[in-house]
Amino acid sequence: MEFTDFLKYGFIQRALVAGVFIALLCSTLGVLLLLRRLSLIGDGLAHVTFGSVALGLLLRQNPVFVSIPVVMLGSLAILKLAERARVYGDAAIGMISALGIAVGVLLASSAGGFNIDLFSYLFGNILSISESEVITSIVLSITVLITISVFYDEFLSASFDEEFAKASGINTEKINTILALLTSVTVVLTMKVVGIMLTSALLIMPAVTALQIARGFKRTMLFASSTAIVSVVAGTVISLVVNLPTGAVIVMLNFIMFMLAFSYKISFSAIRRNTE
Amino acid sequence: MPVDCLSVKKVSFRYNSVEVLSDISFSAVCGDYIGLVGPNGSGKTTLIKTILNLAKPSGGEVTLFGKNPAILNEWHRVGYLPQRIASLNPFFPATVDEIVALGLISRRKLSTPIFRSDKEAVERALKLMDIDDIKGNLIGALSGGQQQRVLLARAIVNEPDLLILDEPTTALDPETRDNFFHFLQELNWEKKMTIILVTHDIGSVGKYASKLLYLDKRIIFFGSFNEFCLSEDMSSYFGEFSQHLICHRHDYKRIG
Repeated sequence: MEFTDFLKYGFIQRALVAGVFIALLCSTLGVLLLLRRLSLIGDGLAHVTFGSVALGLLLRQNPVFVSIPVVMLGSLAILKLAERARVYGDAAIGMISALGIAVGVLLASSAGGFNIDLFSYLFGNILSISESEVITSIVLSITVLITISVFYDEFLSASFDEEFAKASGINTEKINTILALLTSVTVVLTMKVVGIMLTSALLIMPAVTALQIARGFKRTMLFASSTAIVSVVAGTVISLVVNLPTGAVIVMLNFIMFMLAFSYKISFSAIRRNTE
Repeated sequence: MPVDCLSVKKVSFRYNSVEVLSDISFSAVCGDYIGLVGPNGSGKTTLIKTILNLAKPSGGEVTLFGKNPAILNEWHRVGYLPQRIASLNPFFPATVDEIVALGLISRRKLSTPIFRSDKEAVERALKLMDIDDIKGNLIGALSGGQQQRVLLARAIVNEPDLLILDEPTTALDPETRDNFFHFLQELNWEKKMTIILVTHDIGSVGKYASKLLYLDKRIIFFGSFNEFCLSEDMSSYFGEFSQHLICHRHDYKRIG
């Protein structure tokens, strides 16, 4: 089957359109999270999504729509725990993450009957994405990307030097809250693409790959976006051709691209050392 | 008539019931160059943080250009070079010109388009710090001295009225340090920039600063360097020998 033949199917068109937007979203936000040393917040919030998806299934509502407000509350809880209760950031993420999983397990075991649906959210199924979810993904992705571009300088300044950012009159608490809320939305949208278990991979890996070779902050974001889009599109197509789980293929492609970028960096450094 | 750029009145600061600053009062007239010195743990950085609204004082009042820092919206008039160059992330992907442009944030409203005047301001700061030839380099790939120049360029890109530097020469070799002090003196003389320099190097700062503020949780001395050298109170505080050493080094260097 040719690639163009794949594109005739509506479910593949929906998967690719939503996948491209979500990849763009994850990679752009991923660079900010990585540089603010908040990579693990994506992982923690993904675990909260497990609980919120269980809640959505129990209430017989679309888990994506139920998850967005619940995960946003989870992200605010992490920030408040770190700020007010003097809990270290990673400990706060660990606590809320464990709470999310515990709630999910309790709901799933007490209600019963939807364990198979819950399993599909754990490992993702981009090919099952509905039209309303595609529209939601596009609208939320554009909203999040516009927010990032509006606060771009503030994010960059706070990521590089928080104290200087504060002394420049930037409200860094507000910036942290915005970043956490954007991450919540992104994590919920991403669970459809790669699943709850692999969400943090799509946030972290394109950013780490870009950091190997990109020069400059904007270029890093562009490079991370390109890497993420290529991995999602190629991963979706390859998984269809060889009949493998899409989420896992996307993550493997991201790892291969990281290795290529890393090898290029090492070789380039060696060549430069030899010519000097 | 001289105008106060900064006024600190009866400021105190407590951290977990430990007194860090007690009854601090002084003012910086616009154009002053104040050397802020004192032993480790004397509250120098805490004082800077209360001035910049990074820490809330337990008592007293700070005014910057006649306004409480909590409601100040003219942060572009203040340049700041923080202490912690050692904690700079060496893998941060931003280039030198991107870092310097961050200093413009206090003047711009959110991510408004970058105007030609913004680009020119960045170019001017890069040239002034003699780092325009490395503007495309990654910040993490530079030496400690070059990084310090980049961060100073970021602090002065708005041509602020008040420049606050917290131990900027800690990571620098003696030659780069001397050049740095000379450059600050030029900014003070030629651009009429008010400077507050936190340093341990009391001898060097006496060579350049117009006033000396010696802090040890409270103000031990505030006045000109000559007044410091002639002060009998300082003789009894430091001991005549130590005071003589500081002042002798100062005179010796000035003549040299």
